[in-house]
Amino acid sequence: MRFALIGQPNCGKSTLFNHVAGYKAETGNFAGTTVTYIESKILVSGKKYHLVDLPGTYSLSGMNPAEKVTLQYLTSREVSVIINVVDASHLAQGLGLTVELLEMQKPLVVALNMMDEAAREGMTIDIPELQGLLGTPVVPLIASKGRGVRNLFVTAHYVAKQDNSPERLTYAKDLEEVILEIAGNLDGKAAMLEPEPFAIKLLEGDMQWQDQIHDEYPQLLPKLNHAQLMIEQTRGQSADWVISGERQALATNLASAVVVQGERRVSWRDRIDDILLHPVFGYVALVLIMFLFFQIVYGIGSILEPPLLNIFSQLEVFLDNLIGADTLLGASLIGIVQGIAGGVAIVFPYLVPFLLGLGFLEDIGYLPRIAFLMDTLMKRIGLHGNAIVPFILGYGCNVPAVMSTRMLENRRDRFLAAALSTLVPCAARIAVVFGLVAFYLGPTVALAIYFFNLVVIAITGRILSGLLPEKTPGLILEMPVYRIPTIRTIIHKTWFRLHEFVVEAWPILIAGSLVLAILIFYNLDNFINSLVRPITWILGLPAAVGLPLIFGILRKELSLVMLYQALGGVEFSEVLTSVQLITYAVFVVFYIPCLATLAVLKRELGIRNMVIITLLTVVIAMIAAQIARLLAIIIL
Amino acid sequence: MKLLDVKSGKKVCIVGFQGSRGVELKLRQLGLLPGDTAKVIRHAPLGGPLLVEFKGRRIALGRGIAVKILVEEV
Repeated sequence: MRFALIGQPNCGKSTLFNHVAGYKAETGNFAGTTVTYIESKILVSGKKYHLVDLPGTYSLSGMNPAEKVTLQYLTSREVSVIINVVDASHLAQGLGLTVELLEMQKPLVVALNMMDEAAREGMTIDIPELQGLLGTPVVPLIASKGRGVRNLFVTAHYVAKQDNSPERLTYAKDLEEVILEIAGNLDGKAAMLEPEPFAIKLLEGDMQWQDQIHDEYPQLLPKLNHAQLMIEQTRGQSADWVISGERQALATNLASAVVVQGERRVSWRDRIDDILLHPVFGYVALVLIMFLFFQIVYGIGSILEPPLLNIFSQLEVFLDNLIGADTLLGASLIGIVQGIAGGVAIVFPYLVPFLLGLGFLEDIGYLPRIAFLMDTLMKRIGLHGNAIVPFILGYGCNVPAVMSTRMLENRRDRFLAAALSTLVPCAARIAVVFGLVAFYLGPTVALAIYFFNLVVIAITGRILSGLLPEKTPGLILEMPVYRIPTIRTIIHKTWFRLHEFVVEAWPILIAGSLVLAILIFYNLDNFINSLVRPITWILGLPAAVGLPLIFGILRKELSLVMLYQALGGVEFSEVLTSVQLITYAVFVVFYIPCLATLAVLKRELGIRNMVIITLLTVVIAMIAAQIARLLAIIIL
Repeated sequence: MKLLDVKSGKKVCIVGFQGSRGVELKLRQLGLLPGDTAKVIRHAPLGGPLLVEFKGRRIALGRGIAVKILVEEV
């Protein structure tokens, strides 16, 4: 038995899915789009089901990729029961989709989610009444707490057994006449839709259906055009508009028939936006929250990192004594250990607290507020407020930053946000800047590099967005009510994201580490230095820094650690001038993202965009390092 | 008048939409229909978006969107 979850964005559909599927979901890409649906086998009350989580959609009009995927899935796959998740606290809008789903004439169960939210809003919903009006089972649900979940699937199972399709609700008389007339010409063979729902979709002027009838019912096309024209003349609006308006009207009537609106409980959640979105205090709060967030992440990370690194360096010494670093086996094993260490000791101490903190900010509902506050700034570099999130994440680690571009709607924005967020200095690059520049030249110079980085990102953003003109009209973003997150969901979310890193990026890190160990074993480091020599020469740096730069692609901290070895184990300031230190640090901040980031870029945007972004970062790094060098020569 | 020109704290009635269909559709699906009343909660500074409340929801609308929404003060 296959159940499909469908609902409007932010109705708690995925919360329900993850509650029953336990974050064991496999993701699958639908041909050519970035919009995904997730399918999982679930076990409820000892029975196995297939459950599909379709992308959140406001309607089935096929306007955007998410709607198209949903409509295609519902019409082309074997779905036993559609489970329509509706946010009870916004019943009128949510039922708009329900009305449209009723038209499909497939077995349907309505899951009225966020009943606790609705109660807080002072709403009392007459569920038996709603059930009667819709002609389909309605199950109350609080997905975040798992309440009503079992009942929902038992009901869905029962509906599937019965295989009863609900009747659609009827529209105004004139519209119904036209629908029936068109439906009379159809035989129910096309598009896996019954004649009436198919007729409605055709009247709405959906292109993908129009093509089909052009082939299969050529005599229908003139009738359809005539009907659309008739509606437009009598109603003064185009047919698709009239139909969506009717749906909204039906939904509003349904909601007002079953909802008793009581006194709304005013809570901290209403007051809090007065501060967090305030033109002055909002930004103060933003800076404070971000500062606190990073302080906590770095605090935890810097406590965990040294002991973990210590374990691995002892392991390296042990291997050296046992097999010898001068044998191929020994060198290879040490290379592998270094790769594992990169994942365990560098990424985990920072990534785990970072993802936990991010999950918290996400679930409480703060991220859309940041988008609101930062929209102006982001518009200057050709993006919307939504795109601020990857930038914030980038300061921790570029890997989750690139992953988070998934929430952006179109490919252009995703590319732009991903490309720019790889220029944000991550925790590892911060270590390089601190270890080199702040240590030898003082914190002011390190701060100057940070500021310089922001300027470079802004200029790059302007140039790139000039090359990729924008089509989207602007920000439309719901500010969800604040919700206190549950520890369970945050831990699951963190594990889910960590899992992706462990499976996809880490193996590459280990393999890369092994390859470099072998290169060094065969004394190919001089060869590598000479390969990178053109770059190091232009930047006025000694040839020996070539290898640390190559290692830096593996893991950014290695640009610092390896530099020590490459320069013969002496103080940096004895070999490199102040100008060279700054040039090197600036180059490290911008050039080629680390392997883990490259792996994520490839998965999220494809290999072509990964290569483009990589080349772009090299060009930017060269220019930025030259400018920094000139500035350093002038000022110092 | 345009929604963009409405001062913070003022209530308005939606008269209609200008411009692209896609924007209007998205607003309708969020529940903003002609005839509805909406309240402008605040304008973000420096040409930022507007925070608008209707039917118990708060939505941030970019200026490019707000300029296309025609309203009357109530």
